[in-house]
Amino acid sequence: MSYAPYAVAVWLLLAGLFGIVTSKNLIHLALCVTVAQSGTYVLLLAIGYREHGTAPIFSDVPRSRRAVDPVVQALTLTDIVVGVTVAALLLALAVKAHERTGTLDPAELRELRG
Amino acid sequence: MTRQSRVGLCAVGLAGLAALLAWGIAGLEPFGHYPGPYGTILNAVEPQERHAANVVAAVVFDYRGVDTLGEELILFCAVMGLAFLLRENREENTRSVRDRASSDAVRAVGIVAVPVVVLLALDLIAHGYITPGGGFQGGVAASAGLLLVYLAGDWRAMRRAGPLRLVDVAEAGGAAGFVVVGFATLIAGGAFLENLLPLGTFGKLTSGGTIPVANWCVGLEVSAAFVLIFLEFLEEIMAERARDR
Amino acid sequence: MIGVQIAALALVAAFGLAVVLVQDLVRVAMLYGIYGLTLVVLLVVFQAPDVALSELVVSMVAFPVIVVTALATIRRRERRGQ
Repeated sequence: MSYAPYAVAVWLLLAGLFGIVTSKNLIHLALCVTVAQSGTYVLLLAIGYREHGTAPIFSDVPRSRRAVDPVVQALTLTDIVVGVTVAALLLALAVKAHERTGTLDPAELRELRG
Repeated sequence: MTRQSRVGLCAVGLAGLAALLAWGIAGLEPFGHYPGPYGTILNAVEPQERHAANVVAAVVFDYRGVDTLGEELILFCAVMGLAFLLRENREENTRSVRDRASSDAVRAVGIVAVPVVVLLALDLIAHGYITPGGGFQGGVAASAGLLLVYLAGDWRAMRRAGPLRLVDVAEAGGAAGFVVVGFATLIAGGAFLENLLPLGTFGKLTSGGTIPVANWCVGLEVSAAFVLIFLEFLEEIMAERARDR
Repeated sequence: MIGVQIAALALVAAFGLAVVLVQDLVRVAMLYGIYGLTLVVLLVVFQAPDVALSELVVSMVAFPVIVVTALATIRRRERRGQ
């Protein structure tokens, strides 16, 4: 039970990867990439958690209070915003690919066309 | 390679990856027993050193400022790539497309909601280093406020509220502002992105040194980036509607 | 580990699998919004309010808008092409 958050993180990563390989649609593929990324967020935050720790914001709690790790939270919060921008780039690629070739199926977008 | 064989190969690969990851996480500390000294030291030391109540914001904008600079540049490049992709071959002029919210109730709620959301977002950015919040969160919320102009109102109103040239300049200005802060501290005699401004009182808005400056630069950049993303995608659908008429 | 954390982890795992398995695009766009919400609950319970705010605005406002707009463009183009 004490390794459950790590297991959920690995589960999300593997599910996302499986979705990328078996997806029939480029938009669904971009969503699976995002799911795989969120597995890493859960992993980072699970590493930084301390038992009976509070959020690392000391405006209302005394400074001697035990708090969770702030560094992994800093990494994760910038990562979330940047991750969604990269997923938006993937969706723009999907829209352009559909405009050129008329299909969104990754299995049919195989040849390079001039 | 057929689809079945591809899925089978993927299953074998994922099983191997799962075994490797299981062996890896078996070597981690159990959940809740955080071992490392870095987080503990930062929590103990940061209120004296930087006078910012939100330790996470201090880590993002000061202690690991170079990481945030890198992330900001990733965001900038991704939005640039998106703009290149979607602006090519766009010959339709979407200024004549009419797309109004048809219900009066929706428009009335929009008139009240847009300034409230934008003000809340600016408050989120401004108090980012005292309470939970910051440039990233408030920036996305501000862009959502501008999106509300289209959703509860009119496409032409949104184009006028956020002209594309101005949004481009704002985004580049935000990204450049962060780099300028770093170079300014370099010129003033410290290291790149070192905190050299006066630190102020703990828990007030005038605390943190260079953290508020970096915070606002990031807030400007993220909000302009997301407004740009929304505008580009909406222009695509409006161009399709213009082509239909 | 407290019960809320276990419940949040179970919800996140279930909805993550649901996003991967559902193939209908409109449904998966809405499912992704709900998955983001379960992730926000998990982040709050892990004592990370900054990260929860970030995930909230991104997965419930920004990303569904982008997905739905891309979907609308593609549907309209397909309907015109027929």
